[in-house]
Amino acid sequence: MVKMVRKALTTNYAVAHAAKDSDVDVIAAYPITPSTPAAEKLAEYVANGELDAEYVHVESEHSAASALVGASAVGARAFTVTASQGLIYMSEVLYIASGLRLPIVLGVASRALSAPLSIWGDMHDIAPLRDAGLIIYFVSSAQEAYDSVIQAFKVAEDPRVHLPAIVDYDGFIMSHVTEPVDVIDREDVLKYIPKKVTWNTLNPKQPISIGTVGDPDYYYEFKYQQQVAMENAVKVAEEADKEFEKMFGRGYGLIEEYRMDDAEVAMIAYGAHAGTARVAVDKAREEGIKVGLIKLRLWRPFPTEHLMKALENVSVVGVLDRAMALGAPRQGPVVKDVISMYASDPSKAPKVASYALAIGQRDVKIEDLVAVAKQLDEFAKGKEIPNKTICIGLRE
Amino acid sequence: MSLVEIRWHGRGGQGAVTASEITAIAAIDQGKYAQAFPSFGVERRGAPVEAFTRIDDKPIYIRTKVYEPDIIVVLDPTLLGPEIARGLKENGLAVVNTDKSPEEVKKLLGRDDIKVAIVDATKIALETLKRPIVNTAILGAFVKASGLVDLDHVLKAVKSKVPPRTVEANLEAVRRAYEEVVIA
Repeated sequence: MVKMVRKALTTNYAVAHAAKDSDVDVIAAYPITPSTPAAEKLAEYVANGELDAEYVHVESEHSAASALVGASAVGARAFTVTASQGLIYMSEVLYIASGLRLPIVLGVASRALSAPLSIWGDMHDIAPLRDAGLIIYFVSSAQEAYDSVIQAFKVAEDPRVHLPAIVDYDGFIMSHVTEPVDVIDREDVLKYIPKKVTWNTLNPKQPISIGTVGDPDYYYEFKYQQQVAMENAVKVAEEADKEFEKMFGRGYGLIEEYRMDDAEVAMIAYGAHAGTARVAVDKAREEGIKVGLIKLRLWRPFPTEHLMKALENVSVVGVLDRAMALGAPRQGPVVKDVISMYASDPSKAPKVASYALAIGQRDVKIEDLVAVAKQLDEFAKGKEIPNKTICIGLRE
Repeated sequence: MSLVEIRWHGRGGQGAVTASEITAIAAIDQGKYAQAFPSFGVERRGAPVEAFTRIDDKPIYIRTKVYEPDIIVVLDPTLLGPEIARGLKENGLAVVNTDKSPEEVKKLLGRDDIKVAIVDATKIALETLKRPIVNTAILGAFVKASGLVDLDHVLKAVKSKVPPRTVEANLEAVRRAYEEVVIA
């Protein structure tokens, strides 16, 4: 039997703990709220000898990501944490990490972007990473964050994938919340993710070049291979989750369905608010509304088939997005994916209502989401859905 | 047991956030589910601060702020006023650091539909820790008055969270407040 120890951890600490238990070799991090406690905890692990890793002190997030590219390119298991402006500053290098097919893993405590300056949580930072070629998990609890960091290494390092991965959690409303986490012995974690270098690395005895020019005769094929790797990652992520469940007793799927069996309308939520939405679904059900919830766990690659299947019998779906998409037909990163799933056969599509919420950590109450469920029910009964995003909790 | 929500009121430096965490750590150690979190913002020594704890027998999914607490815990007597009792449920509990009587506390809070538990945590902290850091003393009163977590688990959690050289004094503060609290 696998040994588990229950600890009281914030999601920041759970993520750091998972990196320690994954026996990472190199960490390069630059502190930024609200991810700083995770970076500090990792430094503590290295300093007190709990983790035998190189902790590279860098002068910026751009340098942190660059140091990890170097580390991963020589075969190190590489990890960092960041947020907000820090993630955006890293992003130039993250495209490169993906193009070089380096399995770096990042914890991101999602936070708003300036201006105006906001240290508070939302998902404006992760949203632009959508097309960067990174696997992106959204998690909803400290436990899921811990488990997903470990799973992320499994998927990123799989020879069918070889892509960097992000485990994204909500700034403050997860990063700074203490809750129970069952942590696994490192020995058992490493049975799940053995330290084996499966990707091409730099080696003075067998010299190769990486990151060279891709002229018009080659670049296209490189990008296509990244897309193939992304497509493979759907299956690999599913396998990784099933194997994790078999070994450790906890599995999440790529999406998690709640009360969807007889649901006539559904909400799609991700991150912390998927938890509040779950409570709201129970309350709305008490009032006779047949609403279900789909928690989106894997955003990239997008679990298109899983979602389409889950939404098969639903007439209206409301997507609760956590970032604005300024100037787009709908405000939110995920709603656009949901709409485009049905582009080749719109007859299969439920009606889609787009919601923006929790922007700059505006608090979302249970009642707010019960009201969404009721509104979806009205849409199902024929009320016209506005041809734009509905902003929850906004003062107009 | 169903979900219980607790709101902690103190001033920066008194340890309200740590008290909220110790409570969650003790509850988790006892096999319950819990959340603890600060009010997310800019922290300054001396300014009013709030922190929150949720405890349940079942997993906790809710991620909102706490609007209608079952319990409020007041670390600083100068904060006493109707504002800090906002949302406190009928028959809810206020655990208060004060040298005033329960009747006076209820009057200051503007509520006569609640229970109050009073303890002079400042005096206990000054006598045990020699400093007015009242969080561990008020915890002792909270444990006795709420019955939510066991004293043993709280003492264990206190040990894990306070500076090593202050452990004995802090444990003494918890125990004394546990004995001295008056519930009315």
